[in-house]
Amino acid sequence: MTTVESTDAVAAPPPKTTLTITVDGTEFEAKPGELLIAAAERAGTYIPRFCWHPRMREVGMCRMCLVEVEGPRGPALLPSCMLPVTEGMKISTKSPTVKKAQDGVLEFLLINHPLDCPVCDKGGECPLQDQTLAFGPGETRFVEEKRHYEKPIPISDLVLLDRERCILCDRCTRFSKEVAGDPLISFINRGNATEINTFPDDPFASYFSGNVVQICPVGALTAKPYRFAARPWDLDQVETTCTGCSVGCRVVVQSSGDRITRMQGVDSDPVNWGWLCDKGRFGFEAVGSPDRLSNPMIRKAPGTEAVVVPWYEALEAAASVLRHLPPDKIGVIGGAGLTNEDQYTWAKLLKGGLRIDNIDAQLGDGLRPQTWMGVPQATIDETCGAAAVILLAPDVKEELPVLFLRLRDAAANHRVPMVEIGPKGTGMTRYVKHSLQHRPGESPALVSALMAAVAGTKVERQVAGVEADAINAAAATLAGALQPGKSGSPGKVVVVAGRTSLAESVASIEESLASLLAALGASGSVLPAPRRANLRGALDMGLSPGLLPGRVTLAAGGDWYRRHWGDVPATEGLHTVAILKAAAEGRITALVLLGADPLTDVIDSKIAAAAFAKLEHIIAVDTFANESVSHASVILPAAGFAEKSGTHTNIEGRVSRLAAKVSAPGVARPDWMIAVELGVRLGIDLKLESVEDITEEISRVVPSHLGLDMEMLSTPGRGDGIVVPLPSTAANAVEADTETADSDADTVDTLAVPPCVTASTPPASVVPQPDSYSLRLVSSHLFYDDGTRLQASPSLAKLAPGTALHLHPGEIERHGLSAGGSVKVLSQRCTVVLTVKEDTQVPRGSAFVPFGQRGGDAAQLIDLDELATTGVVKIRLETVGDN
Amino acid sequence: MPSTVKMISSRWELSDGHTIARYRETGGYEALRKALSMEPDAVVDEVKAANLLGRGGAGFPCGTKWGFLPKDVFPRYLVVNGDESEPGTYKDRLLMERDPHQLIEGMLIAAHAIRAKQAFLYCRGEMALAQERLAAALNEAYAAGLIGKNIMGTDWSMDIVLHWGAGAYIVGEETALIESLEGNRGMPRLKPPFFPASKGLYMQPTVVNNVETLANLPWIISNGASAFTSIGDEKAPGTRLFALSGHVNRPGVYEVDFGVTTFRELFESPDYGNGIREGRAVKAFIPGGASAPWFFEEHLDMALHPVAVGAAGSMLGSGAIIVMDDTTDMVKAAWRLVKFFAKESCGKCTPCREGTNWLEKIYQRLLDGNGRTEDIDLLMDVADNISPGLAWPPRQTTICPLGPSAASPLASSIRRFRPEYEAYVARALAGASQ
Repeated sequence: MTTVESTDAVAAPPPKTTLTITVDGTEFEAKPGELLIAAAERAGTYIPRFCWHPRMREVGMCRMCLVEVEGPRGPALLPSCMLPVTEGMKISTKSPTVKKAQDGVLEFLLINHPLDCPVCDKGGECPLQDQTLAFGPGETRFVEEKRHYEKPIPISDLVLLDRERCILCDRCTRFSKEVAGDPLISFINRGNATEINTFPDDPFASYFSGNVVQICPVGALTAKPYRFAARPWDLDQVETTCTGCSVGCRVVVQSSGDRITRMQGVDSDPVNWGWLCDKGRFGFEAVGSPDRLSNPMIRKAPGTEAVVVPWYEALEAAASVLRHLPPDKIGVIGGAGLTNEDQYTWAKLLKGGLRIDNIDAQLGDGLRPQTWMGVPQATIDETCGAAAVILLAPDVKEELPVLFLRLRDAAANHRVPMVEIGPKGTGMTRYVKHSLQHRPGESPALVSALMAAVAGTKVERQVAGVEADAINAAAATLAGALQPGKSGSPGKVVVVAGRTSLAESVASIEESLASLLAALGASGSVLPAPRRANLRGALDMGLSPGLLPGRVTLAAGGDWYRRHWGDVPATEGLHTVAILKAAAEGRITALVLLGADPLTDVIDSKIAAAAFAKLEHIIAVDTFANESVSHASVILPAAGFAEKSGTHTNIEGRVSRLAAKVSAPGVARPDWMIAVELGVRLGIDLKLESVEDITEEISRVVPSHLGLDMEMLSTPGRGDGIVVPLPSTAANAVEADTETADSDADTVDTLAVPPCVTASTPPASVVPQPDSYSLRLVSSHLFYDDGTRLQASPSLAKLAPGTALHLHPGEIERHGLSAGGSVKVLSQRCTVVLTVKEDTQVPRGSAFVPFGQRGGDAAQLIDLDELATTGVVKIRLETVGDN
Repeated sequence: MPSTVKMISSRWELSDGHTIARYRETGGYEALRKALSMEPDAVVDEVKAANLLGRGGAGFPCGTKWGFLPKDVFPRYLVVNGDESEPGTYKDRLLMERDPHQLIEGMLIAAHAIRAKQAFLYCRGEMALAQERLAAALNEAYAAGLIGKNIMGTDWSMDIVLHWGAGAYIVGEETALIESLEGNRGMPRLKPPFFPASKGLYMQPTVVNNVETLANLPWIISNGASAFTSIGDEKAPGTRLFALSGHVNRPGVYEVDFGVTTFRELFESPDYGNGIREGRAVKAFIPGGASAPWFFEEHLDMALHPVAVGAAGSMLGSGAIIVMDDTTDMVKAAWRLVKFFAKESCGKCTPCREGTNWLEKIYQRLLDGNGRTEDIDLLMDVADNISPGLAWPPRQTTICPLGPSAASPLASSIRRFRPEYEAYVARALAGASQ
């Protein structure tokens, strides 16, 4: 089994010196501040334990890790999990006293344990079994009746609890309190009657509930998707990266009989610390879904059923569309869900081979690529260790859950001061020092007032709906953080940047971010917060209008890529919304979808619908037959997560390996292979024959990725991934290029590596006009939604809450509504009826409608033209029944 | 021999001894006035010179304990442990019920000495009258300007919060008490690293003192350390309250000169126990609370002195002395105590949570007539796995001494009265063979 609780993850201060301790007569070096149990393990002595977990506070309660420590009054039995090492410490882990204590503790743990190992999911990978074998007494002297409880009881929709198996180690309860901040499970009763349970009518409804199953040292906590699914010894596994969102958590995927049975978090120090969100952990159910696309299909006429055809026929159908159309008649949307290698291959075919630049991996729900790529970057570690953090981002708890765990840890456990700027409260609001909740669309005014206050000009009156005192207090925090620290240099401030609301113009967020960074100067950097899985990879690989792989513009990188690819697009193309508008007007006639569903995901659904009504050809490459795919004329089934290898790029620009574990359904293929074969039919030889080929070419050609090869990613200790660009790549680049025996090696000269894009000044945003008759709309994604993959995971599908109109209780009262009742919502665009939900996180004057929920979507209400002209989306409420 | 002076039980006989009027009439709050005229360090020095030993159980010198507070770390807290729960112990209850102002004055002196501005008075949940009297006394003292802002016109301010427990024995353990005060489950913290003096309540320096300990302070400040050390033994100065119960004719709480009076005097003197009931002989007695190893007739002439009792393998602990005469069934006596600890285990450490309950089950089986020959050694070995070696002072595989507390009476009774256990087993075997 993969060690998911790596002990070198113990949070210890950086070692200044080492000290010497003696374990069982052998001397070795330990780090000051290190706990004895961890130090001994590094030295090769495993001290048994149940309650200790390197990522949580030690409690010393299972008593399994007792060792004898030499002291002035003779050896003392002490728990090694609570004992920091000291110079000259002498311990014995195998003395008769220790052995007897270990025997005793194991016997105590087992007297009430049901020993139902044959039917226990943990059997075979159970620390209680393993440690009993290694350290236990072998037989019991207990002849009394064991403790009995009803078993198992559900503590949430996903997790079940068997209190008979529980050894009360406090791991799950500590996780829920200390790590997730959802203290919904607790010890109740005392002594021998102590048990873990939820509070009455309050289930363990945490987005992170699956972690307690992984860290449970016995089979007390089990997860519905894995119960009785397999025996551990039948499982085969690989380590890979979760592609559920853009955080890039490291995971192991375990399978049995070519089906994924389980995913477990891997303790990756820079990223996920072993934790996963429930969507990441249980979303694997979608991989083996019967609804997966498994065969190429062609739809002969719109509205008819698509029919299964062989690959060559489907590829020829696609090629025949692309072959004769000029590049500006073709649009390509999607690609964020693919591997870096898939993305690069598509970019090489579409941009290099077909000279198409109407390519966009974003669906109008992100920021401009140069806003993320062209600014100083921060890693997650740098963010969590910053002097202060500014959150100008979507609700990270809902959209980037494990980033939420890291930020929460920084704020709650390490007191990193944070300032949240957004139109409503988020999961971080409880933990940030200042939550500045502004009127939708008015963040630029708030940010300029805030930064002016940081510079010394106090705010006198309310700005954007935020009280002056709150702004001044936040400014004082930031000013304090920017003071030079012990090192003499000013403190670093990291801005976590993304779309705070989909119903606000991009321009307002861009303007706010730009003025934050301008004011912070050299102290500021950005941790991008895009929501699509491999969006950073897609942008790095050039799947964006005006960009080429490696964070370079068409203008700057043209010569470079003409050399490597032969050709590049002539002019900058269109982004998604513009592509769809062009399609609606007939200027674009063919659309290629790379795992995208514009009909559902574009924030203004009317624009997508108009385009689809007019398009002549839609070629969809996807894993599922989503809404948009059901309109496609050519459908090419793609291999998905855990079905193909390659690399993935997370929010930090960290490239890590993806591994294949199971076969793709039917004849589905990896995207890169589809692109290569399509190229063959179009007469374009991409000269790429394997994933390794592609990774190698990326490391040689893509400016931001120069020097990054698979071998480097496979080096022990680099499994966590490597942040690109590598330091000093620029210096090596020319040399790397000349050494390569490229096909056009004779043309090699000292062509300089093109420079990275820089963030340009954003277009000016519109300042919304006050209007007391209407509410301003706020919209963003919730953790569980109506997304295709989530809905294809049976355990998760029903957890999506469905749509609702979230209102501040004061607004509910003002409008004469009642929570749970229906209300008619009128936007400039349409009228929908929604259920009213009380939500104190929504400020007065605003209304929140989650995006992507079943039953009346925000995409119907959002009008991009209205956003562009007024800066906000306004809605009015009417009681149902009014006319 | 009655005590030379009633230092702390002087107002117990007064029907209105708990009121501020009567307290002040009898010299109350004068010690505070004197203490406030002294530098805090001078108060600490006076208490150190008095060598006042803690009266909660461990017997640690009070002044020395105060000295463990790290310098210049604020805020720091004074916590009073009024969660008196040891079976047989009921001295603090009387101090809180009958003379609450004496405790409050002691708290004020202590808080002044350690420069605390906030004190917490943790009163056991079941002591309804004590809570009522303390609350009333605190209100009186606040109204009289003795607690709160600018105490007695000085620039020193201090508040006292009265907190009621919820009925858990373990909260008498100081770190569990701190957890409980913080609003958590009452479960002990491991020492080290959490010595309350450096990281106590809210992870701030904290002094936790017993009720009786603090009740001594007004007398010490008023009369001086040398007057205090002139009473009792040199190494155990002053007087001490002992809660006497069990098979004596006159159970009660008695204030005696510390370290001088013997167990025999305490049991037999007409001023105290007035003899064993029906003129019987002592079979065993518990010298210092349910967790103390037992003493027998050979210990009767030992003085109630912590050093002597410690050397003989037990402790004076919380001052609860339970006498068992020669009619006592020693298996049942041990069972009753083990059952108490099993019920009161907080559930944190495996050996205590599982082990004490297992011990209780074995005892129950013995008493029910289902004992086996091997059960006697099994009892000893299970107890040994909670308290390795079954020695004194106890070693422990647990965080706090609750688990080993169950082992003490068990080991005492089996070591001394094994034939009684064997008789239970024999009856069971006889029953089984019929």
